[in-house]
Amino acid sequence: MSQIADLGGTEGWGRVKTPSAEEPVFGQPWEGRAFALTLLSMGVSGRNHDAARHAVERLERAEYFDDGHWGSWLYATELMLVDSAILAPGAVEARAHQLRGEDVAEPAVPEPNKPDYAPSAAGSLRTVADPPRFTVGEAVRAKDIQPEGHTRLPGYLRGHRGVIEQVQPAALLPDTNAHFLGENPQHVYTVRFDSRELWGADAEPFTLTDELFDSYLVPCHE
Amino acid sequence: MSETSSTRRLPIALRTEALEQLLTERGLVDPAAIDNIVQTYETAVGPMNGAKVIAKAWTDPDYRERLLAEGTAAIAELGFTGQEGEHIVVVENTADTHNVIVCSLCSCYPWPVLGLPPSWYTDPAYRARIVRQPRVVLAEMGLELPADTNIVVRDSSSEVRWLVLPQRPAGTEDLSPEQLAGLVTRDAMVGVAKVKAP
Repeated sequence: MSQIADLGGTEGWGRVKTPSAEEPVFGQPWEGRAFALTLLSMGVSGRNHDAARHAVERLERAEYFDDGHWGSWLYATELMLVDSAILAPGAVEARAHQLRGEDVAEPAVPEPNKPDYAPSAAGSLRTVADPPRFTVGEAVRAKDIQPEGHTRLPGYLRGHRGVIEQVQPAALLPDTNAHFLGENPQHVYTVRFDSRELWGADAEPFTLTDELFDSYLVPCHE
Repeated sequence: MSETSSTRRLPIALRTEALEQLLTERGLVDPAAIDNIVQTYETAVGPMNGAKVIAKAWTDPDYRERLLAEGTAAIAELGFTGQEGEHIVVVENTADTHNVIVCSLCSCYPWPVLGLPPSWYTDPAYRARIVRQPRVVLAEMGLELPADTNIVVRDSSSEVRWLVLPQRPAGTEDLSPEQLAGLVTRDAMVGVAKVKAP
């Protein structure tokens, strides 16, 4: 997994921003356009939400951080449109230079190459025939793995022991769905972790939960 | 990214305009659909929806029970459904326990009831720190919790979305559901604030 988005527990960010009730939904007009283009481009590129999250994770640092949240979505949308050969690499830059009155040649429109992908149902919830592997109250451990590509297993939970708090509806697995390798539906569990298990004996005392897919977990008999 | 390519980076507004033009001139995206989405999320989908859910839960015990048991269905009773709301779990803040929601990996947020996330929610500082030192972060955001309050941080890594049912403030017994909804803030439904009495 790309480290860029896996921020849980990382340091060096300074204070959190102070919430403001007056903050507009879109601070600037381009932000609303970027958001809408992201939603509308999903069908154009023939990709999916998990691929979109993975596209965000593949951005360069400046693309991820420097233009805010909606900026990162715009760059990821461009990336997916290039991945599906709806746009040629460099097409957006060339058009932007033209809009600025500069004489820049645009690349030819490529032959689209969308992934061979059709969801088996709308959304991400799916049914799984087998009963859930774990039950509420059971101890589990998040796998300590470094998967290539997309995953929704945060780095700070890997290797740590938790307890099943709730069994959630089964869902397709982002790790494979993002790469068009199948929906691979799995049970999903809300797993409860103690802060001292995650951050050490001196941690603030609190509980943390996260929804983890079945294949992220192993039984824990310790 | 190298310094050279970074300094060559185009203004993001210009880049957005270029992408919109490329997609609309080929008929791949309808400009009216863009306008419609922007308008929807600026006016129709936002924390005022969640506030109605909370006010109903405070005034209708049967609804409260349904909301805590089957959040998605109870929220749909009020007409709030859609993207990023496939499975919403509602969790109650009490005198003893305080839940707070985050998405450390990206920006998962229950759109049908809260709209799009505010900038502090998607900011790296919140995502990185609330999972490690929630009491300190909440205090920075203006919420000092008693030392004996159990804090539960809800990190959202799957398609499950969380909504906090905040505590109803004292002295609001005579208020109507509409008046109560006016008190409920986005921040209280994420769990970085409490609802204040008028």
